[in-house]
Amino acid sequence: MLELIERFDFFGAVGLTLWLTLWGAILAFVLGTIVAIMRLSPVKALQFAGTVYVTAFRNTPLTLIVIASNLVLWNQLGLQLAPRDSASYIVDTNIRLAILSLAVYHAAFVCEALRSGVNTIPVGQAEAARSLGLTFAQNLRHIILPQALRGAITPLGNVLIALTKNTTVVTAIGVAQVSHSMARMIEFRSDVIILIFGLVAITFVALTLPMGMLTSWLSQRLAVRR
Amino acid sequence: MNTTAILFDAPGPRTRSRHLIYAILGALVIFGIGAWVFAILWEQGQVTPDRWAPVFTPEAWEQYFVPGIRQTVVAAALSMVLAFIFGFLFAMGRMSEVAPLRWGSGVIVEFFRAVPVLIMMLFVFYLLTYNSDITGQTLSFTAVVVGLTCYNGAVIAEVIRNGVASLPAGQREAGLSIGLSPSETRRLILVPQALTAMMPTLVSQLVVVLKDTALGYIILYPELLNRIRQMGNRFGNLTVTFVVGALLFIVLNLVVTSVAQMLERRLQRRGTSAGVGARGRAADAELDASNA
Repeated sequence: MLELIERFDFFGAVGLTLWLTLWGAILAFVLGTIVAIMRLSPVKALQFAGTVYVTAFRNTPLTLIVIASNLVLWNQLGLQLAPRDSASYIVDTNIRLAILSLAVYHAAFVCEALRSGVNTIPVGQAEAARSLGLTFAQNLRHIILPQALRGAITPLGNVLIALTKNTTVVTAIGVAQVSHSMARMIEFRSDVIILIFGLVAITFVALTLPMGMLTSWLSQRLAVRR
Repeated sequence: MNTTAILFDAPGPRTRSRHLIYAILGALVIFGIGAWVFAILWEQGQVTPDRWAPVFTPEAWEQYFVPGIRQTVVAAALSMVLAFIFGFLFAMGRMSEVAPLRWGSGVIVEFFRAVPVLIMMLFVFYLLTYNSDITGQTLSFTAVVVGLTCYNGAVIAEVIRNGVASLPAGQREAGLSIGLSPSETRRLILVPQALTAMMPTLVSQLVVVLKDTALGYIILYPELLNRIRQMGNRFGNLTVTFVVGALLFIVLNLVVTSVAQMLERRLQRRGTSAGVGARGRAADAELDASNA
């Protein structure tokens, strides 16, 4: 088993999974916040665009997005995400496409998580802010978003856990993270398949369990007392 | 809080004209992005009629879209039924009075919730490849269904348990006080109400299942995504087929979502005690839908 782990660089694969999760989460959070602001804004055109974004990406399978990023964005439309002359051109491109796909997909869920956070804020908060004469932007910046963020920790944590597990999907475009290395290991040593599955399963439990615990601890600690 | 209405005042004449400018600017930006995407597609020759024509031929639908949708729906429907049975059994196990049964069910449910669906599918796929006579499409179909059943069964078990937990305490107390045993109370009074209350959530879970059947692409199950790719390769119009394929998935899921919303409205109209408790919980469970 140890020999297998070493031979197929399992820890490298776990590292790549973490890398994808980290960048996917950062970009999804930024994009999701922008979409959430669009959906909350008083401008109808922006609301509409935000709604279309969320509806489209929430109802499309991630696998389709990942494969389309490779076949359509890169192959057909010629999107360049890495320097063409570098030795690791194809590997880098696929990793970046994977991060891009994970980000645009999960941004839709981040947006909905933030909106559910906004729903936890009593009406009086926004009304008080308005009666003080705060504009929509000031209201959002000082009153709504800080509280919404604290109220949205549990759903945001769920999105993060789902994102971690969903990084396995990018094996569809050959990114060598955990699910990819699992398939290679099984193809090499099919007699210890249960052991390999156990190793991968424990890896994911070990990755997601602390996230769940951190989420519930944070959501209790940061909960807005009312 | 009713989101959009209270974040800003009813706009006056000046604000309205300002909003109009924002709306035009916003529309221009969105239109600009659209035009930019269109320009790229145009430059690459993706919007020519010969790229789009194959999509509207009966052949495309008979050989690719319809069989793809059928395979996707069959796998999703079977998985959903099995996941419901799995979920129901483990929810009962987790609420049981017998401690070892409760712990065992808890460990299994948490395990399947933590393991990614694709990992489960790959495991079943390779396990059957090396240890059984099942081959080809039956093999990938089995792997897809087992993978989906395990994950979604675990999720449904939690949905049912949450549904029972969200019922008013009086329901259980009334059951016990008329002399039913705890397990009879659960079976006859709590679980039926929880199931009704959580029906919209259970239907929404079908969206997750439908989307996750696309993972079957990776283990060569010929569902919609696989057919889209085959068709794109055959007619040399991958961009077009992926756009149409994504739209098909979106429409399919929107139909399921609207059924869930209809059920929810009906429940709220009836206004049973079960419906009241379920509303908050349904919102929680819905956000779990971020799975692939």
